[in-house]
Amino acid sequence: MNDDRSVDALLSVRALAVSFRVDKATTFDAVKGIQFDIPANSTVALVGESGSGKSVTALAIMGLLPKENANVAADSCVLFGGRNLLTCSARELQTVRGAELSMIFQEPMSSLNPVFSVGFQLMEVLNRHLPLKRGEARTRAVELLREVGIPEPESRIDAYPFELSGGQQQRVMIAMAIACEPKLLIADEPTTALDVTIQKQVLELISQLQKRRRMSVLFITHDLAVVGEIADRVIVMRDGIIREQGTAEQIFNAPQDAYTKALLMCRPQMAFRPRRLPVIEDFTDAHRRTQSGTAERSRGLNDNEQIVLEVRHLAKSFYSRSGLFGKRGFEAVKDVSFVVAKGKTLGIVGESGSGKTTLALTLMRLYDQSTGEVFLDGRNISSLSGDDLFAYKRRVQIVFQNPYASLNPRFTVGQIVMEPMVIHGIGATSERRTLTYAMLEKVGLPASSFTKYPHEFSGGQRQRIAIARCLVMRPEVLICDESVSALDVSVQAQILNLLQDLQDEYALSYIFISHDLAVVKYMADEIMVMNAGEVVEFGDSDDVYLRPQHPYTRRLLASVPKGWPGAIDRRTTRA
Amino acid sequence: MTAAAIPFDSGAGNESANLWRLAWQRFARDSVGIVSLLTVLFFFCVMAASGLRLIADDWSQEAGVNFAPPAFLGPEPSATPSSPQPSAASSDAERSAAGEALSIVDPLGNVLSEIRKDAPHERQDTAIVDPLASVLAEIRKQSVGTNPAETRAATLIFGGDKWGRDVLKKTIKGTETSLFVGLAAAVLATLLGTIFGAVAGYYGRAVDDFFNWFYSVFTSVPYLLLILAIAAVLNQKGTLTVVLILGLTGWTGIFRLVRAEYLKHKVREYIQAADAIGASNARRMFVHILPNVSHVILVQLSLHVVLFIKSEVILSFLGFGVGVDTVSWGSMLNEAQNELILGKWWQLAAATVAMAVLVTAFSLLTDALRDALDPRLK
Repeated sequence: MNDDRSVDALLSVRALAVSFRVDKATTFDAVKGIQFDIPANSTVALVGESGSGKSVTALAIMGLLPKENANVAADSCVLFGGRNLLTCSARELQTVRGAELSMIFQEPMSSLNPVFSVGFQLMEVLNRHLPLKRGEARTRAVELLREVGIPEPESRIDAYPFELSGGQQQRVMIAMAIACEPKLLIADEPTTALDVTIQKQVLELISQLQKRRRMSVLFITHDLAVVGEIADRVIVMRDGIIREQGTAEQIFNAPQDAYTKALLMCRPQMAFRPRRLPVIEDFTDAHRRTQSGTAERSRGLNDNEQIVLEVRHLAKSFYSRSGLFGKRGFEAVKDVSFVVAKGKTLGIVGESGSGKTTLALTLMRLYDQSTGEVFLDGRNISSLSGDDLFAYKRRVQIVFQNPYASLNPRFTVGQIVMEPMVIHGIGATSERRTLTYAMLEKVGLPASSFTKYPHEFSGGQRQRIAIARCLVMRPEVLICDESVSALDVSVQAQILNLLQDLQDEYALSYIFISHDLAVVKYMADEIMVMNAGEVVEFGDSDDVYLRPQHPYTRRLLASVPKGWPGAIDRRTTRA
Repeated sequence: MTAAAIPFDSGAGNESANLWRLAWQRFARDSVGIVSLLTVLFFFCVMAASGLRLIADDWSQEAGVNFAPPAFLGPEPSATPSSPQPSAASSDAERSAAGEALSIVDPLGNVLSEIRKDAPHERQDTAIVDPLASVLAEIRKQSVGTNPAETRAATLIFGGDKWGRDVLKKTIKGTETSLFVGLAAAVLATLLGTIFGAVAGYYGRAVDDFFNWFYSVFTSVPYLLLILAIAAVLNQKGTLTVVLILGLTGWTGIFRLVRAEYLKHKVREYIQAADAIGASNARRMFVHILPNVSHVILVQLSLHVVLFIKSEVILSFLGFGVGVDTVSWGSMLNEAQNELILGKWWQLAAATVAMAVLVTAFSLLTDALRDALDPRLK
């Protein structure tokens, strides 16, 4: 407590350094000596991309680092209530954790125990830390569920986690975290796995609880825009060090660090569509400043576009067995019709369960449609089979969401990219290598990648490999199913730029599927909004954004994180 | 992105390390694994050398006296080396010459000469036409050895069995049989289990139902009973029969595991991606999924070698195993059963030690293999 600044701070982190042992010889420094305070009764946002060390910082505060390979530097210090949490005994930590410090995680489904009811799990927390009688604990639990906005808490208390939606599960997690009225709540990416409308609700809930209970919140996220409305202070981390910290106003209105500026600008803006999205190097590297201008890219369809793909009344139902003879149908996609023009992008927006991925897989003929027709260049391909279908397959391709799952881990990058050519007999054996090297270069990967395995690449690089694999088949339509959703904001900008370059070069048609309205708005000429398997709105992307007709579209638009409400328009600051 | 995963992701800095090479690097750090690997390799060399008739080819020769004790115990005091064959010293050339030479040592000489006196004309006949003379000579030759100086040894390195055969050579020959049976049967069982499991798991529905039904029927019959039934049906003793019996009954466990792996992998995105680029079913099954489940199969293969070595021993012990013309650890144990009553323990010890060392080493190797191939299990 020798630092005078820490007098009014609830929690002070001093010279925190954490390293992980990778093997006998090498260690990895995840956090390299950081220092910050969390004042009482405030929300502090810790922002950084993957690998920045933000989650490691949270785990270090909670004393939850894996003991086998994590090493906290000796002079590190986490002061909370007058004692250093890093040197506390396990017993002491247990009384602090849960009661004064608590944490919520990204995946509510995997954080709740599936075999106990939510009430049981909530009461367990209460009984552990508070001297309560049996009936009292249950009453408290019901009150808590009501406080976090669970409808009919008296009956939902006996529900099991799988009976609740993702948003409700996260609410239960929050209820457990605040059960013992902690002084500090650490929220590690609490809304990343949730839909945008649910995210808004959870953010509002956390903000309300913080004010009502006068606690502090350490909010960890990769998305700067999310914290704009709730954070008092913002800390930006990269590669284990703090790049910049200050009040939310300072960070959003007058960022000093190049990296903070880049984070703010890399995310596509709803109101502005630059020809290329800025990437981090544009800010950190002085020579590259000119790359992205203020010129806007025009999107939208003309009257005489050449139609590549036409979908008429497409529907897809799934059946599950119910009872002895019955089957129960579930209509994932209901009566969808649209056209895709050559060299243009159709954006499909919707929340989870809206049927957008089912639609994509049906177009790919990975599923067979229940009813409806799909025409490619005027040919009905929904009835094709055998060799005709095989020939069609290379003309419509898909880039999946998760770059970590969509590449075979036992194949080298060269094998992965060459495989479609082998299957479809494209080029002679000797040409295939040359073509692969050319394609790797086109998507921005070094030639040395050819002999490497997917696990040696980052998420963005893997998505480039997946794109290269599709492009060697020279498809006419490329479906991007949440292809950039799993990527960091800066990497997302790079991939979006790559997709646009490829579209310009090959006149590719994209079907761009995402839950992120800003990204779709940036990429698409036309936007189709889906909800529960139905198209609720279809139109020119600027029209849908500026003049939304359907209430669901308006709700989606309202839920998009806006950053700091008072933030000045950054278009003018850049020019 | 969970925080704990970061160090592992960025840790792989070396050049393009293939997953197998990474597994080998992990394996090489495991000293128990290396020792067990060397032990197993030693047994493999023994098997190969024995199979190529480089060593222990003369295991059936009666090199020592009956129940010759191990060298470190010294010769048995009661047994003088020359006592079992008093006439061993005499050369067979002399003996086959019959007539006078024979009468010298013949205890019945007097009687014979009486007979000869009675029928002098017949004496010439018996000597010429004796139909068993050549056979007897053969037998003598075998029991004595061609070289009269090479007598049967009083002690052998690890002792001798009932017939005086070298226990060490028998153990080496037994290693060949047992290890070969274990390996071949495990390969057969793994092949069957993998193909059935892949097809059932990948296609699902009716195909899966069929294989599950087949599997359930197979496993509902008690294991030993099934083996005895197949042994009885084949009715032909031999190494190949044992391999068939074990291979045909042992695929079930591998089937279930491989099926489960295929169920898991066939819905993965990389398989969907392979479908999207037009890969056929067979290609997805064997080019895409198989390498991703190969570590499971490899561990199962290793596990089943141990299992089948033990099964072979039990089968041979029960008399359903290899024929009498070959030797396996099981048949050695079977013989040792009777010898143990006489206090001749060395054959039992030799077979047991060899089996225990190999099985333990193989099991430890399997463990190390599993740790190296699937580090997440740790």
